[in-house]
Amino acid sequence: MSTAKTEREPMFSAKIKKLLLGPLNKDNPITVQVLGICSALAVTVKLEPAFVMALSVTAVTAISNLSISLLRNTIPPRIRIIVQLTVIAALVILVDQILKAYVYDVSKQLSVFVGLIITNCIIMGRLEAFAMANKPWPSFVDGVGNGVGYGIILIIVAFFRELLGSGTIWGYHVMPKAFYELGYVNNGLMILPPMALIVVGIIIWVQRAKNPDLQEEN
Amino acid sequence: MENLINIFVKSIFIDNMIFAYFLGMCSYLAVSKTVKTSVGLGIAVIFVLGITVPVDYLINNYLLRKGALSWLGGEFANVDLNFLSFIMFIAVIASMVQLVEMVIEKFSPTLYASLGIFLPLIAVNCAILGGSLFMQERDYGSIAEATAFGLGSGIGWFLAIVAIAAIREKIRYSNVPKPLRGLGITFIITGLMGIAFMSFMGIKL
Repeated sequence: MSTAKTEREPMFSAKIKKLLLGPLNKDNPITVQVLGICSALAVTVKLEPAFVMALSVTAVTAISNLSISLLRNTIPPRIRIIVQLTVIAALVILVDQILKAYVYDVSKQLSVFVGLIITNCIIMGRLEAFAMANKPWPSFVDGVGNGVGYGIILIIVAFFRELLGSGTIWGYHVMPKAFYELGYVNNGLMILPPMALIVVGIIIWVQRAKNPDLQEEN
Repeated sequence: MENLINIFVKSIFIDNMIFAYFLGMCSYLAVSKTVKTSVGLGIAVIFVLGITVPVDYLINNYLLRKGALSWLGGEFANVDLNFLSFIMFIAVIASMVQLVEMVIEKFSPTLYASLGIFLPLIAVNCAILGGSLFMQERDYGSIAEATAFGLGSGIGWFLAIVAIAAIREKIRYSNVPKPLRGLGITFIITGLMGIAFMSFMGIKL
């Protein structure tokens, strides 16, 4: 850093790295910032839709962050919410059409939750908190970081729900036959929606036990 | 009539926005610290859902659906504007919220004062957009059915947030493990409540 202090920041400075990696743990959008829970839980029954969802959200967050950051000096502050929503909605329509064209089955499983990316608070939150005040490249990285942080939680939850609920991972059977012969039964409760909440609750528990500074008072 | 009551009850208990679909979780978690504020937000959600779902129903049926534009003349019969629905719905919601805010401010300043900041925030509540998208997906037959669905979902959301707020007020007195306090325990309680709500499954009028 100290050797070449030019006015252009290097592509991968320490700050950028922090933007990219922070959301993965200490600044996670779901477990710490509590954003975007709505769509996070409903799509985590199986690993495949969860992965597609994570990818879509990452793409929308990154690109909308980039575009809003490029536009940030021309948007009148009074109507910025509508401008942001329009940009997000346009991107989500693109994502929806792409999913319908290439992975139709998954898009059917995700049903309305693709559309609900529009009101996903992560995207609005990052646009408001970051992209409106920062240059395009850091905004883009921030979008990618938050999208991936969101995706990680989605994938962890989906992994456990699919493994325990149907004994499969990505549709392949992984629970050994011998277990079933010994009397092991798939836990049908894991497939039902409430268990997603409890799994996320446990993830939060583990994470906060490791990072005591994240704990709340009551 | 029976059909309407069926949709209404179903959307309150069985297809509950929070416990079955996790819609509107962000404000559900953020605003459920006290019962009083959660009642205010719940009423606002009922209000907005009850208005936006029927309006979006009309838009879907007379503008967006395949063949919906046939009232303009034969040459429009094959136009399918379905891909525009996200952007149309969110625009309707944002403008409806603005409109509702102005109307309430004019006719009932007391209600306006008690709803306060929550009203504008509703525009980005996923439960509202989710209501419209579910309405589109489930293909309700008439505007009355859509209205019953909208109001029912709103009331279901209201019940959920008031219940969790009451529980959170009480849980302050219990000895929750430290890392689980706040967010973690709220998630787990919501999950348990969801399991309780599952007992309504299969009820039909």
